[in-house]
Amino acid sequence: MTGSRLSVAGVVGGGLTALCLLAAALSLIWVPHDITVLTIADRLLPMSATHLLGTDHFGRDMLSMLMEGARTSIAVALVAVGIGLGLGIPLGLAAAAHRGGWLDEIIMRGNDLIFAFPSLVIAILITAVFGPSAVNAILAIGIFNIPVFARVARGGALPLWTLDYVMAARVAGKGRFLISLQHILPNITNLLIVQATIQFSLGILAEAALSYIGLGAQPPTPSWGRMLADAQTLIYTEPQLAILPGLAIVGMVLGLNLLGDALRDALDPRLQRRRA
Amino acid sequence: MIGIDRLSVSFGETAILRDVSLTLEPGRITGLVGESGSGKSITALAMIGLLPTGATAQGSINLDGRNLLTLPEAQWLDIRGNDIAMIFQEPMTALNPVQTIGAQVSETLRLNGTPRAEALRIARDRMDRVGLSAIPLDRYPHELSGGQRQRVCIALAIARRPRLLIADEPTTALDVTTQAQILDLLCDLVRADGMSLLLITHDLGVVAGMADHVAVMKRGEIVEQGSTEDLFRTHSHPYTRDLLRASRPVPRAPRPLSGDVVLQARDVTRRYGAVTAVDGISLTLHRGESLGLVGESGCGKSTLTRALLGLEAVQGGTITLLDRPGGAAMTRADRAKISVVFQDPYGSFNPRWPVHRILTEPFHLTGRPADAEARAAEALHQVGLTAADLHKYPHEFSGGQRQRIAIARALITRPEVLVLDEAVSALDVRVRAQVLTLLDDLQARLGLAYLFISHDLTVVRAICDNVLVMQAGRFVEEGPIARVFEDPQDDYTKTLIAAAPMIPADWLEDR
Repeated sequence: MTGSRLSVAGVVGGGLTALCLLAAALSLIWVPHDITVLTIADRLLPMSATHLLGTDHFGRDMLSMLMEGARTSIAVALVAVGIGLGLGIPLGLAAAAHRGGWLDEIIMRGNDLIFAFPSLVIAILITAVFGPSAVNAILAIGIFNIPVFARVARGGALPLWTLDYVMAARVAGKGRFLISLQHILPNITNLLIVQATIQFSLGILAEAALSYIGLGAQPPTPSWGRMLADAQTLIYTEPQLAILPGLAIVGMVLGLNLLGDALRDALDPRLQRRRA
Repeated sequence: MIGIDRLSVSFGETAILRDVSLTLEPGRITGLVGESGSGKSITALAMIGLLPTGATAQGSINLDGRNLLTLPEAQWLDIRGNDIAMIFQEPMTALNPVQTIGAQVSETLRLNGTPRAEALRIARDRMDRVGLSAIPLDRYPHELSGGQRQRVCIALAIARRPRLLIADEPTTALDVTTQAQILDLLCDLVRADGMSLLLITHDLGVVAGMADHVAVMKRGEIVEQGSTEDLFRTHSHPYTRDLLRASRPVPRAPRPLSGDVVLQARDVTRRYGAVTAVDGISLTLHRGESLGLVGESGCGKSTLTRALLGLEAVQGGTITLLDRPGGAAMTRADRAKISVVFQDPYGSFNPRWPVHRILTEPFHLTGRPADAEARAAEALHQVGLTAADLHKYPHEFSGGQRQRIAIARALITRPEVLVLDEAVSALDVRVRAQVLTLLDDLQARLGLAYLFISHDLTVVRAICDNVLVMQAGRFVEEGPIARVFEDPQDDYTKTLIAAAPMIPADWLEDR
């Protein structure tokens, strides 16, 4: 039923996203060439039947690199969104349930505090202290997702708290926790899904940025950001080495943003009515 | 003179209006009445050229021999405000909160090319005309009361002296005394300035008191129209008869009440900072009694309700429910003895829950009995729905049916006291009459005590045995319903009763 309501943008976005996800999933069981084997003789081959997208300066197959890189980027972004959802939603719901109280105040000022730090600088700090790795990149990106989801959850929950069915639940003796769980959360899921799509795309970008400056996934784990960084010195002679991972990042992020927009339209009952 | 001739509007295959014809003469008020979804507002939007996209209109709207329906948007700009203007239901959202009222009233003149100084002078004049001579033009909407804002909307609408003013439920969001003042103002504008007014309302009482001519609308068609008094006296269409009958419910006859007190409040006080919302209130509710609580917005009735339901602690006084501590001190088992039905049939249920889950939620208080589903089915039967409805979702029901579900939910724990908080205020008159009959019937069968909170005096009179009149946190008058209505002692009660729009009793007598 949702499918028929999705717009053209939604289909394109969903298609791009699905393509990247499929490539990442496929790389778990199969890639065209093993990328841990460096064959210097095959370096910088053009596109051909054996190497569909050519090879890089170590003779690794670019298509295989992109597929495995997708896995790293998506895994980092996905777990980072998970951290944001898992911690942000309870905090946002708690803040809304205690609107105007000290708990609300503490949570929201804590949010402001995290927002006040430039995320990339903190990410660099974390990796500088704990060493660069994909896990630390996940943590660095994930922490900055928490206040985003907390805000969305609180903002979505506040108007619901004034509705009569919440009042009825209070009359039925239910406390803030049960009401948040049973009445508020199910009715803000559409907001959260849309926000998660957006944060996912931002996570892809952030992972690429961290890997680009060498603070994300470490060799030999490929990631789109690291591929960009590796291609930097060859940018004038072998531009495809930079263009291919660049296109992958753009495709994934664009796909997620289009999908997020389409989901927002499809899940918003007001927009539905206007369309009908 | 502006005339609608055989206007039909449809969205794709769905016809919204069918062959609507109406003549609006200068200096006259035409009432357009009907229930929600009858097409009243679409008629108004068609007349001002603001039909939603996707709507197609046929027929004609004639102004000076031109058919407005065929005009391009560019020419409509000249007609809106100049010839036809409109005011809306919700004065809180009809004004831009970041602009002064002077800027908003003069804007429509400035668009017309009037110089700024002249536009402001006219704006001042119109503000004086709507009775806001004491309000400077540099005020912002939030500095005004709801009634004042609606006056600003009227000043804005009449800035360019339109020949036709369309008022779509202009007083529905206002208190009854404010409503009376706004209606007086509209009447005066029509009589003194020769404007034509199309008054769209669901309230036949308002129409009876104001309109020269009435058209009754049902499902996109005008089923009957005529001069007001004639139409009320000699209506021929059964729908008109139903509407009229439902609009004037029979006052409840005095009846003996049991002496058992179920709910009692003594000297209850609730303050918010320096504001005393409830100021030393005492009330007594007996088994099987309907006690009305009337008052205007901000009088403290919502706070009192929340205190009685135990949702809010009080700072003074005591509440007793069935001889046990009431209010915030209630135990879970005690709470099951008092339940509530809210106003909004659309906001009353979690849209993602099926009816059986909605109905059994109050069992949270008592522990879920083994026969919970059977009890839910029984509650549905009591309100005239069937067990087949248990697995449906709220959006599958009409407003009236939803209100029945809300009543079923309130009954599920077999309470003694039902708080009905504007429980029928959002319903159309015919549905309202059915729900009132249901409430009457439930009371007789189950011996329930009702605390019936409403701003609508007609409804209170139909269902209540006794009534409390509340103003500024206090009761100014209380007593048996007939006595209070026929012989009010307090000035505020008198004002309220005089302001309530009523259909004159003798207009309906011979039927």
